[in-house]
Amino acid sequence: MLKYFFIPIFIFSSFFVFATTRNVNNKVVTLSRVIRVSLFLFAVFIIISLISLLVGPSHLGMIYLLKGLLSGIYSGDLSLIATEKTILFSIRLPRIIFAGIVGASLSAAGVVFQGLFRNPLADPYILGISGGAAVGAIIGIIAGASVIPFGIPGLAVSGALLTIALVYGIARTKKELHSTTLLLAGVIVNAFFSAVIMFLISTTSSKELRSVIFWIMGDLSLAEWSEVILTGFFLMIGFIVMYVYSRHLNLIVSGEETAMQLGVNVEQTKKILLLAASLVTGVAVSVSGTIGFVGLIIPHMMRMLLGSDHRLLLPASALFGGSFLIVADTLARTVTAPAELPVGVITAMCGAPYFIYLLRRRAV
Amino acid sequence: MSIVKLEQIGFKYNEHQVLKNVSFEVKKGEFMGILGPNGSGKTTLLNVIDGILMPQEGEIWINGTSCNKLKRENLAKIIAVVPQESLMIFPFTVQEIVLMGRAPHLGKWRFEGETDFNIAHQAMEMTDTISLMNRSMNALSAGERQRVLIARALAQQPQIMLLDEPTAFLDIRHQIDFFDLIKALNKNQTLTVIGVTHDINLASLYCDRIILLRDGHIHCMGSPEEVIAESHIREVYETNVAVDKNPVTGQPRVTLLSSHPSEGGSRSNSGAAPQL
Repeated sequence: MLKYFFIPIFIFSSFFVFATTRNVNNKVVTLSRVIRVSLFLFAVFIIISLISLLVGPSHLGMIYLLKGLLSGIYSGDLSLIATEKTILFSIRLPRIIFAGIVGASLSAAGVVFQGLFRNPLADPYILGISGGAAVGAIIGIIAGASVIPFGIPGLAVSGALLTIALVYGIARTKKELHSTTLLLAGVIVNAFFSAVIMFLISTTSSKELRSVIFWIMGDLSLAEWSEVILTGFFLMIGFIVMYVYSRHLNLIVSGEETAMQLGVNVEQTKKILLLAASLVTGVAVSVSGTIGFVGLIIPHMMRMLLGSDHRLLLPASALFGGSFLIVADTLARTVTAPAELPVGVITAMCGAPYFIYLLRRRAV
Repeated sequence: MSIVKLEQIGFKYNEHQVLKNVSFEVKKGEFMGILGPNGSGKTTLLNVIDGILMPQEGEIWINGTSCNKLKRENLAKIIAVVPQESLMIFPFTVQEIVLMGRAPHLGKWRFEGETDFNIAHQAMEMTDTISLMNRSMNALSAGERQRVLIARALAQQPQIMLLDEPTAFLDIRHQIDFFDLIKALNKNQTLTVIGVTHDINLASLYCDRIILLRDGHIHCMGSPEEVIAESHIREVYETNVAVDKNPVTGQPRVTLLSSHPSEGGSRSNSGAAPQL
């Protein structure tokens, strides 16, 4: 059993060996390079998804499953018994795809927040944006907003946007936005939202409301196809918008005045990008809880490997963020099997030390 | 025809009047210097010209078109700015920075094409930064970074280049190198240059005309010989200076004088110091 979940880890490390040995920083971003890197990372994504599909607490022989899947492709009929089909296609597959989408959403949002706030430590979770989205979603569930189409994700997105306004308002003094103040504002807002979440969940007895753990640590175990479609749809919309503005984001990263002098309508671009990033964060949080640090680790790693151009950074982070969360979730459901860990435990265990490392290295 | 024309520009920053009744014209191919003490409105004036700040009064004409009617990206095709300093939070390479100058000529998300790469390469050759092309911007020295920023501005293919105290962090050699390069571009490519500087002597050496700002209005304007006179400098900067001629070029030269006679050493002996 144990050997199975070492396979994804192996693939990850081999990817890094591959990526770090190439002198990728010397190349300018062109469309063909974006496509090549994206295809490569998509292949990694597929391989990791397949392996995760075959790994789990129920003992399904790997070779047997592969044979079953392959013969199924040839004959058109899967020669698997019903329970195996159910486990694979109704439990594991939606969860894996869901993890991929949530990971991609949080990483893409992380890239945009880091760029807009010009702060490599920004992340939807650390800045309290995920927390705000969670509060919005919980209020929606208590108030019965689920009867309105997109009611709960809509409230989560509003929560995320309000949090951005709040954190930005606290951190912005006169013309400058101080990195440290921004992070401190995020910490405080996060602490406040955690308290609000605890309060709301303890004082209401709504059956639809999930546990405190779900909202504070994040959990992908309740994934169903409907959630996959919801998050996938909004990720697609948000990502297209972000990608259209990705070159302008490069300019904003080099300074807002500079961006204006190079012809960017900075205020409008910022608003559109904040809206798109809040959209994908809010929707992901409303169905997966607040999974931390994905939006911090992945963009940063990709930036080290591929450079700072957002036209490459954005798709690469989304794809690799998806793979990362699939691996994290596979670990979450297998390490203590048959019990499960919330996936946020795994991401925080990787992310918090990484954050400290970044903080020290930057010598603030 | 004048390429830049300001008509009675007034700008307020939260009730604080920063610019008042500023009118002047800059001809195509002219090198215009803007001098003035801290807080006299030099940088604000520059930001008004490049459209970052909107003046409450008056109007600006670029190439005969009112600035209000120009879209941001169209303005950026005409005016490029070389800022004082630009530290990157994220590691962009020199080539990436220079290519950013192509932004106003590209659509929202188009990738740079052959022409854009050629223009960027030319800009890097002109500024002698081609060998730095693949280095990270943050790994360069201040002088090199400043040259990269000129290359980025050149990649914009502007008609007007604005300089915002570009040599503030440079040593004398790099200051001269910088202005020589700008002067060459000004002469050979008939690039119009409007530059803010603190260094009166550099302005005297390179500018065709100089504007001396005081409390947001034009105190005087004209050739270096006309503007850089003891009386003007003393009035505007409220500081004691001596002005004579640069022994090599014959341009006016400013010498700073301490107001503490005991530290003025040679001054009392020379007798050249003007008596207040």
